[in-house]
Amino acid sequence: MAAPLTLLLIVAVTIRAALYRSSLVDLISERVEVVSPLTAWKRVIEGLALLDLGVSPYSGDVFHETPLIIYLFHFLVDYAEITFMLADVITAVALYLAVKDYNKQVFRKQKFALEADRYPLDCLELIRSPREMYYIPLKVAMFYLLNPFTILSCVAKSTCGLTNCVIGLFILCTIKGNVLLSAIFLSLATYQSIYPLTLCAPALLYLMQRQYIPVNFRRVSFWWFIAQYAFMYLGSLFVIVCLSFFLLGSWDYLPSVYGFILSVPDLTPNIGLFWYFFAEMFEHFRLFFLCVFQINVFFYTIPLSIKLKEHPVFLIFMQLAVISIFKSYPTVGDIALYMAFLPVWSHLHRFLRNIFLVSCVLLACSALFPVLWHLWIYAGSANSNFYYAITLLFNVAQILLVSDYFYAFLRREHHLTYGLYLKRKDGSEATLVLK
Amino acid sequence: MTRQCGSESIENMAAHRCSSSAALVVLCYISFSVFIVANSQETKPTVENHATVVEDTQTDTETAEKSTEQPAVSVREWEATETEEETPDSSAPETGVSSSGPHPKDDFQEELVIRPLHSGDIYASFQFRTLWETDFLSGNKVSHYRLFPKSLGQVISKFSVRELHISFTQGYWRTMQWGQPFLPSPPGAELWVWFQDSVTDVDGTWKELTNVLSGIFCASLNFIDSTNTVQPSASFKPLGIGNVTDHRFLRYATLPREIVCTENLTPWKKLLPCGSKAGLAVLLKSEKLFHSSFHSQAVHIRPVCQDLQCKTTSWELRQTLNVVFDLHTSGQGKREWSLFKMFSRTLTEACPLASSSKIYIDITDNPEGEQFEVTPATPLLSQAVVLGDRRTFSVYDLTQQITFGTVRSLNLLIRWKSSEGDMLRPLLHAERYVAGYGLQTGEIHTLMYNNHPYRSFPVLLLESVPWYLRLYIHTLTVTSKGKDNKPSYIHYQPSKDRERPHLLEMLVQLPPNSATEVTVQFERALLKWTEYTPDPNHGFYVGSSVISSLVPSIVAMDTNSSQDRPLFSSFFPCKEESSYFMRVYTEPLLVNLPTPDFSMPYNVICLTCTVVAVGYGSLYNLLTRSFQIEEPSPGLAKRIANIIRKLRGVPPL
Repeated sequence: MAAPLTLLLIVAVTIRAALYRSSLVDLISERVEVVSPLTAWKRVIEGLALLDLGVSPYSGDVFHETPLIIYLFHFLVDYAEITFMLADVITAVALYLAVKDYNKQVFRKQKFALEADRYPLDCLELIRSPREMYYIPLKVAMFYLLNPFTILSCVAKSTCGLTNCVIGLFILCTIKGNVLLSAIFLSLATYQSIYPLTLCAPALLYLMQRQYIPVNFRRVSFWWFIAQYAFMYLGSLFVIVCLSFFLLGSWDYLPSVYGFILSVPDLTPNIGLFWYFFAEMFEHFRLFFLCVFQINVFFYTIPLSIKLKEHPVFLIFMQLAVISIFKSYPTVGDIALYMAFLPVWSHLHRFLRNIFLVSCVLLACSALFPVLWHLWIYAGSANSNFYYAITLLFNVAQILLVSDYFYAFLRREHHLTYGLYLKRKDGSEATLVLK
Repeated sequence: MTRQCGSESIENMAAHRCSSSAALVVLCYISFSVFIVANSQETKPTVENHATVVEDTQTDTETAEKSTEQPAVSVREWEATETEEETPDSSAPETGVSSSGPHPKDDFQEELVIRPLHSGDIYASFQFRTLWETDFLSGNKVSHYRLFPKSLGQVISKFSVRELHISFTQGYWRTMQWGQPFLPSPPGAELWVWFQDSVTDVDGTWKELTNVLSGIFCASLNFIDSTNTVQPSASFKPLGIGNVTDHRFLRYATLPREIVCTENLTPWKKLLPCGSKAGLAVLLKSEKLFHSSFHSQAVHIRPVCQDLQCKTTSWELRQTLNVVFDLHTSGQGKREWSLFKMFSRTLTEACPLASSSKIYIDITDNPEGEQFEVTPATPLLSQAVVLGDRRTFSVYDLTQQITFGTVRSLNLLIRWKSSEGDMLRPLLHAERYVAGYGLQTGEIHTLMYNNHPYRSFPVLLLESVPWYLRLYIHTLTVTSKGKDNKPSYIHYQPSKDRERPHLLEMLVQLPPNSATEVTVQFERALLKWTEYTPDPNHGFYVGSSVISSLVPSIVAMDTNSSQDRPLFSSFFPCKEESSYFMRVYTEPLLVNLPTPDFSMPYNVICLTCTVVAVGYGSLYNLLTRSFQIEEPSPGLAKRIANIIRKLRGVPPL
């Protein structure tokens, strides 16, 4: 398996290096779909230029990266292209290893269940074979590295790639069962862009499952584990925040980074739902809707954790998707991360209802983004509604994709318990409905 | 004395070359820490010393020509010219109208300068100066006002203002066609104020002051808020006495969109002691003044010294009004101008309260009368060094009855004889434009021209850009003659969204005979729909950039501020003879921003909320429901029958 992976990495790096040398770089790095005010490379350079002028980069409203990023690129600014390619490679390898490990566990669990005769007899065709699972890790790495969204993001040097890298490492450490590293990477991801905070629920569930700690509110071991993890997570977050403070000597970055993420003052168009909504919002409702939209991102964590407490890796996927759809400044790089997980759920394909429609819509929207942007901004023959409409459609398609996978996952679980071919009371073939 | 000053200035020039950071210090020092000594004693040139004045003109121009012939010795090129002759004998009879003793408490002077322009247009510049000997700085409450307008006196006392400069301008001054104006001003409204250092809440005071001034001048100055106010660190230094340089007490704002019209002129005229009833102010009729290519009115208040030793201080209120009449629209294409044609009034008297009331006509380019002729002719000639150039003026003293002749009315007539001739090119001028296409990004280009054949000099460039054009300072480039020209000083304050604008100040050395280009890229922001102006597709204005500089002078500048000089040549204090202070404003910019569709806030709110609801609904559906086998539902008749049976208490079918 190492040879195909190496080949994949070489291909991916070659594509990126070729694009870096082409004239497309300037075009790509200006695209609003690829870079947001939070992640644009131009703004990182601006922050460094401000530092050189002796002005705090957070005194203005152009730079919104975290202090660690500016410190990182203070040294690596000449090697930025290598850094971003390396970040993509690390993410892909981390996901590859994580999925490989996860598949092993899935297979072991399935073997135990089979030996215990827990599956109904007609479910044998739902049982996963090692042969079909063999290429999944490679497919995951391929989905991440060769996804045009990731490539664009990397070529534009969007710092979203670095956040993805941290999240990838977090997933790897969680699946490998390393509690401390998992907490550290999660706190780094939170530090980069608040939203990965919701990933602590699947991480806890997974680690407890791995250590055979029952999820039971009355058990001391449950609370003890949560306290341990919370301590490590908050401790490392505290260390990182204080480190940032000492790097710049002021707390200016807190409102400038996290206030900026939460209060959405910059309405530059992007692929998300926030920009046009808050550009057109009545001023006295602004705060209310801001709260509603931000709570919406975090809201699904608890119900999803309850529903999927046996399947924390699927929960991670769901959370990543919810974040990338509903966050305030989404870019295509965020989408690429959760899309990398799609091959892991390839066994759900028989239960997907509208995957064809959704993929067509996603493809069409991706093509229409630059077209409608050009019509609005450069040609002047369209207005903002055109671009807005396409962002709406793109988000509806993403929502349908995610809910379709969720539906398929739940349905497969149902079938694994009750049998694949269900009958009505009168013996005729039954159809399943949600009630 | 003049010699000494000359050597001092040569040292200063050497310092300019030595190190660029020193240049900033020198520039700041020499340009601003100067005193103006106001001389209230009015003297007038007599016919006797007129002849000597003319002789001296010729010798002076000769020296100037000689000096320009030796560009190689650039440091020694400058010759100190004697300026003493310009002042008439101190024994000249004193004819001040205000006869309240040798040191009058208040003093009022008025003057009008008319400069015929080569294009056939005509430039008229009014200046009214009111001096008020009082000691506001020590905090004494004053309740007695004579000539000084009470409304402004109360404002400067209440808000502890040290200096106040306000201008309203309609139209753009075309430097390459018209030369330099006596007092530059940017299109729209400009306000800059130095507060006294006793003010604790400068921002609050500034906010109140702008609202009060808005009421006094009937202008939209109340739109000045934190988003268009900056605190320049070097470009605007106090012009009066006092060497406060802590720019915390300085506020500068422009409103490039402000329209100037009659409602601003009327309160401005009311500040004059004679109103528009007598004196030069009778000419200020709005129906003519606003039918012009350029109109600018300004009020400058500053503390000045009464005498050389600066024992007593006084407030100086300068009201200036500059107007350029167009050859074709106002002059019907005839190269012939008269006071009546310009202002539809003639003059019959001076303001009785004025100690001096004069009309100057610039005849420098017309020494032999071959360009144009002026009637009635006047025997009085005067010379003044203004903007680095020695100019000759015909003077009409309105306090003398003989000026008005037998008809008891003065209607100056200027008739062109030939339409040739060319203008002295200004040594420094600037222009600005926005490059790029589309509504996403753009680039501001500022071009500064140094037309001096062999001298380079430093300029301070100030740009104040609103927050919705996000400047990227790392894209700043300064190039002169195709080479990178690194500014020796950059002061940059990035913007805060909806709070404060970008402020970019830099000191650039302009090489001789060159154009220097400053470019910086920006990104256009999408605003909230309520933040757009009522005509959003017209675009947004970006105020003029300000270029302040000490320009090398061809002739010796008059540093002796104790001399009595015409008002138009004595506004900017001059510390050294070899250079003069000059401020240039570029064009304001008009930038388009992307706009949302203003007609559909409801639609957008509904549609976006629908998408969020789709996400919420589908997840909620999957989270709360469970899979069940679908049982065929009973028919409608059976269900109704069951409801009826339930009501009756009978078991259902």
